[in-house]
Amino acid sequence: MSTVAYSPPKAEPIPVAGDYGPETRVDYINCAWGVRSWLLTVDHKRIALLYLFAITAMFFLGGAFAVLIRIELLTPKSDLFEPDTYNRMFTMHGIVMTFFFLIPGVPSVLGNFLLPIMLGAKDLAFPKLNLASWYIYILGCLLTLAGIIWGGIDTGWTFYTPYSTRSAHTSVMPVAVGVLVLGFSSILTALNFIVTTHTMRAPGLTWFKLPLFVWSSYATSLVVMLGTPVITTTLVLVAVERFAGVGIFDPKAGGDPVLFQHLFWFYSHPAVYIMILPAMGVISELVTAFSRKTIFGYQFVAFASMAIAVFGFLVWGHHMFVSGQSPYASTIFSLISYVVAIPSAVKVFNWTATLYKGSISWATPMLYAIGFIGLFTIGGLTGLVLASPPVDVHVTDTYFVVAHFHYVMVGGTIMAYMGGLHYWWPKMTGRMYPEGWAKAAALLVFFGFNLTFFPQFLVGYAGMNRRYASYVDEFQVLNVLSTAGASILGFGFLLPFGYFGWSLRYAKAAGPNPWGATGLEWTTESPPPPHNFEVTPTVTLPPYEYATHN
Amino acid sequence: MLAEIALFPKTASTIAGDIDSLYFFIIGVTVAISTVTALVLVYFTIRYHRKRPDEVPKPIHGSLALELTWTLIPLVIVLIMFGWSVKLYFRILVAPEDAVEIYVTGRQWMWKVQHPEGQREILGYLPSSVEGVPDPGSEMHVPVGVPVKLILTSEDVIHSFYVPDFRLKQDAVPGRYTTLWFQATKPGRYRMFCAEYCGTNHSKMGGWIVAQEQSEFQQWLSSKADRSLALKGRAQFLKQQCISCHTGDADARAPVLEGIYNQKRQMADGSTVIADEAYLRESIVNPRARIAAGFQPIMPPYQGQLSEEELLELIAYLKSLKRGDIPPRNEETPPPAVKPDALPEPNKP
Ligand SMILES: [Cu+2]
Ligand SMILES: [Cu+2]
Repeated sequence: MSTVAYSPPKAEPIPVAGDYGPETRVDYINCAWGVRSWLLTVDHKRIALLYLFAITAMFFLGGAFAVLIRIELLTPKSDLFEPDTYNRMFTMHGIVMTFFFLIPGVPSVLGNFLLPIMLGAKDLAFPKLNLASWYIYILGCLLTLAGIIWGGIDTGWTFYTPYSTRSAHTSVMPVAVGVLVLGFSSILTALNFIVTTHTMRAPGLTWFKLPLFVWSSYATSLVVMLGTPVITTTLVLVAVERFAGVGIFDPKAGGDPVLFQHLFWFYSHPAVYIMILPAMGVISELVTAFSRKTIFGYQFVAFASMAIAVFGFLVWGHHMFVSGQSPYASTIFSLISYVVAIPSAVKVFNWTATLYKGSISWATPMLYAIGFIGLFTIGGLTGLVLASPPVDVHVTDTYFVVAHFHYVMVGGTIMAYMGGLHYWWPKMTGRMYPEGWAKAAALLVFFGFNLTFFPQFLVGYAGMNRRYASYVDEFQVLNVLSTAGASILGFGFLLPFGYFGWSLRYAKAAGPNPWGATGLEWTTESPPPPHNFEVTPTVTLPPYEYATHN
Repeated sequence: MLAEIALFPKTASTIAGDIDSLYFFIIGVTVAISTVTALVLVYFTIRYHRKRPDEVPKPIHGSLALELTWTLIPLVIVLIMFGWSVKLYFRILVAPEDAVEIYVTGRQWMWKVQHPEGQREILGYLPSSVEGVPDPGSEMHVPVGVPVKLILTSEDVIHSFYVPDFRLKQDAVPGRYTTLWFQATKPGRYRMFCAEYCGTNHSKMGGWIVAQEQSEFQQWLSSKADRSLALKGRAQFLKQQCISCHTGDADARAPVLEGIYNQKRQMADGSTVIADEAYLRESIVNPRARIAAGFQPIMPPYQGQLSEEELLELIAYLKSLKRGDIPPRNEETPPPAVKPDALPEPNKP
């Protein structure tokens, strides 16, 4: 199918419903009905939707905690909640958002839906395993929710020992087991992605013809496979210490508390890349589709993903400059942290260069993509402040760090996730979303985000610590700004929830390729048939070849 | 209510200004790169806005020259940042030899401060603390214009000693000593916080660093005379029967401890260690971890038998020991009179 050269659509706006005739075509949604057909499905597209429901629920749960945190921080004193309640709040916000939204988000929703289609395959290599990993994810969610309801947890999402192995009044265990179980879900999905990418590419689809989203999903999967077993082991060790009283991390029993930090960050720094690499893949797709240009420097962008995946494993000590680790280790970690900034910068420059002399559409997904590039640049560059040990000594554990990682995670990952969701929504559901509402939401998210997190850089350098239920009066003005921004941001995230739901019933039908984009997913119907393609496609062209007809 | 707005911390230590300079350099580069990127991005987006629905631009596949440019220039920039950082970092790490030492022990949710001369202070969440801010009497005194070295540990979980106006922080880790040194430049009151999350009252585990002119500080030190830390350690040394083996004789069953502090020591396995606070602590708590050359591993471990305070007293005593200082086995001589710099007088049997 892709042997046919690209031809651009003749008209915008998008064709209206009816142009495609009455709904007689069989697609993956209308091919079977009933709850059973969903809960027992092995279709990667349906599993992607199952993930979408679960992950959206967890996103709003994590978001609710964030709202409560910001309301408490309107005033310096801890007046809305007891400090213990506040401590549970930020812990659960961190755990839910990190482990249940940011890490699985892009891979398990967009990756699950798109990877096989982008490869021209009928499904993932192990469809049943794919369903199993969804159930494992749900089990992890339930265990964690049980922990939240039954006692709560106040260790921070980082579970630092000996606090986490000692504090008796929180249910560390159900939550830790939940996170551990979740790890297996990630590993199975990653395994599936790796095998699928290796073995199920359509005829002619060589490695350097792969869309960049596939490259970055592949790099992410490698990181997941190598890193996740370490956090699993670490959480098991915490359990052993809590229950069996074996001294591993608690110095009272002869353990080493800093060892935990090494193990934890050995996974959790690469986890940052697990969260951002798939997002970068999405951005490569959006930037090319909405400028109708091939990506500038394809091989550099692809290798940058792999470089990030490899170097990401060698920088964990930059979280520990004040932990008492060897200063020589800190120096090496600092050097590698500086170097790992380069491939990210290379990506930003290549995306920007892609726009040069393009034909740029201002559709919503592109607004998110441009927002991503701007915010991720700020997030990444403030990382250079933290990579410097002497400056990090001052700003670590302050709101400067909070602002930095929210620029990367919210400004980066969530912007890309939202952009990707809007871009592929017509493919997933067969319907367009309402463009006006979507643009308004994107702008609200962008301004709300900056108003929330920019003041946190200032208040952090001024000396406000993170995880503080109460703070000194001098910091109030910046905190009020931050809370005001958060309410705009929250509203910006609620809007899509409404209009996406509306679009399922009332919106225009999308047609196979509403954006006039290249890529195998746009050659099949929207929504795709149960096995993705009527005829297995043959690929002869590299991705993003918009101008071959010239 | 909104009386004061803090947008930037005070500059109150010798290192603070230098850290700010490096910070502004990195931030400057950050602002420059992100502004240029954003401007180019927005310019392209507007300049090349799609004009016709069927418009297809000419492809540009890339440029090796450009890729090299935007790989190598940023690489040089970050290496400059790295070099500058390392230089400053080692200034933070290496405390001057003559620094005034203060022992600080964290526990949920207070800091116990021990001056070697005997004064004790408490910072943090005291029963008298009102909601929100730490007790105004929650103070730690330090002299201005001379280096001060804090020797930190914790009795329970990890805490972190943080003074924004000095731009310095260091984790206090249970079971080991970490150090943090600074030199305050101006007399004044500076906020101190706990920076590592430690439970319920983490946000109240702070207080004030009171930096005083040296003469004033000396006066404060002697005004609240208490037995010096080393003197208490001497009593502890006798009470714990350390003296039975560490007799100070060359042929004793245990090493001579006089003048041991900061000396290079030969270990049984051939390695050498500097006998700093961390080594002395380990040798008391877990003596079999490293055996001094020429001795048998016969000393019992004191893990869990001494409080952090008693350990600090013992270590302060060991640090103060000069040749001939070991007291006789049967204690008859009374402890010497207390002076601000009081150390036990040598006792010749
Ligand atoms: Cu990291
Ligand atoms: Cu604390």
